[in-house]
Amino acid sequence: MTIISASPKNPLAALFLRDIRMGRRIGGGTSLGIVFFLILVTLSAFAIGPDLKILGKIAPAILWISGLLASLLGLDRLFQADHDDGSLDLLLTSRTPLELIVLVKCLAHWMLTGLPLAVAAPFFGLMLNLPISELLSVTLTLLAGTPALTLTGAVGAALTVSVRRGGLLLAVLILPLCVPSLIFGVAAAGASESSAVAFAPPFLILCALTLVAAVVAPVAAAAALRHTSM
Amino acid sequence: MRLSASNLTVERGGRTVISKLSFALSDAECLAVTGPNGAGKSTLLGALAGFLPRLGTVTLSPASQETISQQVHYVGHAEGLKAPLTVGENLEFLAALLDAGLGGLPVAEALAKLGLGHAVHLPVAYLSAGQKRRVALARLLVTKRHIWLLDEPLAALDASSQVLVRQIMAGHLSQGGLIVAATHAGLGLQEQELRLGQAA
Repeated sequence: MTIISASPKNPLAALFLRDIRMGRRIGGGTSLGIVFFLILVTLSAFAIGPDLKILGKIAPAILWISGLLASLLGLDRLFQADHDDGSLDLLLTSRTPLELIVLVKCLAHWMLTGLPLAVAAPFFGLMLNLPISELLSVTLTLLAGTPALTLTGAVGAALTVSVRRGGLLLAVLILPLCVPSLIFGVAAAGASESSAVAFAPPFLILCALTLVAAVVAPVAAAAALRHTSM
Repeated sequence: MRLSASNLTVERGGRTVISKLSFALSDAECLAVTGPNGAGKSTLLGALAGFLPRLGTVTLSPASQETISQQVHYVGHAEGLKAPLTVGENLEFLAALLDAGLGGLPVAEALAKLGLGHAVHLPVAYLSAGQKRRVALARLLVTKRHIWLLDEPLAALDASSQVLVRQIMAGHLSQGGLIVAATHAGLGLQEQELRLGQAA
């Protein structure tokens, strides 16, 4: 009874709580993402070989590409699960704007996937001989950059909501759109005192990209959902 | 309140499913949409709810700031329930999502009215088809909306549950509500019938 009476009355808070609960109760999503991340990082290390200098130099890039791919996991189900069980129709009959609903669903999804990746990144960075000074910058860039990946992915997820096995199509649609975040994320992550690029300028652009995605993506995803429902 | 459709045409996959349909429904009236499989009963409900692109006009009078989607309860084929969550959690969420501020019943009370008072803490995954159906219908009670669009509300229900659901629908009508329901078996209310044509 206590759980039920603790339920929020605000529609968006209730939606956020529902998605987090679902993610935790189904299980696997978060830990699977981190394991996939770990495997990608390890594979890259094997492929490049044991030259610690090279590894340390390209570690930010490896971590970013791996993080990008790992954050795609489960994204295809962001709206498809709701579409399949009829919840999407109910979201459409809510008085809450669909754009805000999309934004809140992205936030919940990011908390379950992107945030754990950013937290795990410095530990995997150690495996790649990433200089200690850059561990923090990699974590910060992933924290600031992964929300943009989730938000961009939401547009793809909305477009492929009624496509069976749309996961690959989703990746093909949105990976090119993630290039700006990747460029500035890696640039900021790899910045150190000795390098030519400072940390702040690319990092701020990365933050700006995320903010732009937070505004544009919910509108685009909501429009796609309205046209593909049922 | 009056719900009217005129010259309503709906296409699905390039095929015209509903063609130039007109009807009107006033307070406390119930419309039973009947017809063979594939005649477009669900499509009509989806179009009325605003989920499907439609030609022609669907109007609500008196006019309101809100779209028709925001004023209807839609219970479709898919229940819209999340299997890993409990019955109570599902309904609490739906009550919040669909605005509970309008004097709906508490979740426990709504479930009791559908004979599911014991199931509040059960995950939906463990319920039978008929029980899921009743949980889906319970959301009609946890939030108040004037227009109910129901797709086969009595399907999968046992005889005693059908009686309960009929009582709830009759109660809604007696409070002045509108119901449009797709059905094969008839509703057993004093409904008007809208018969859709043969499957194309």
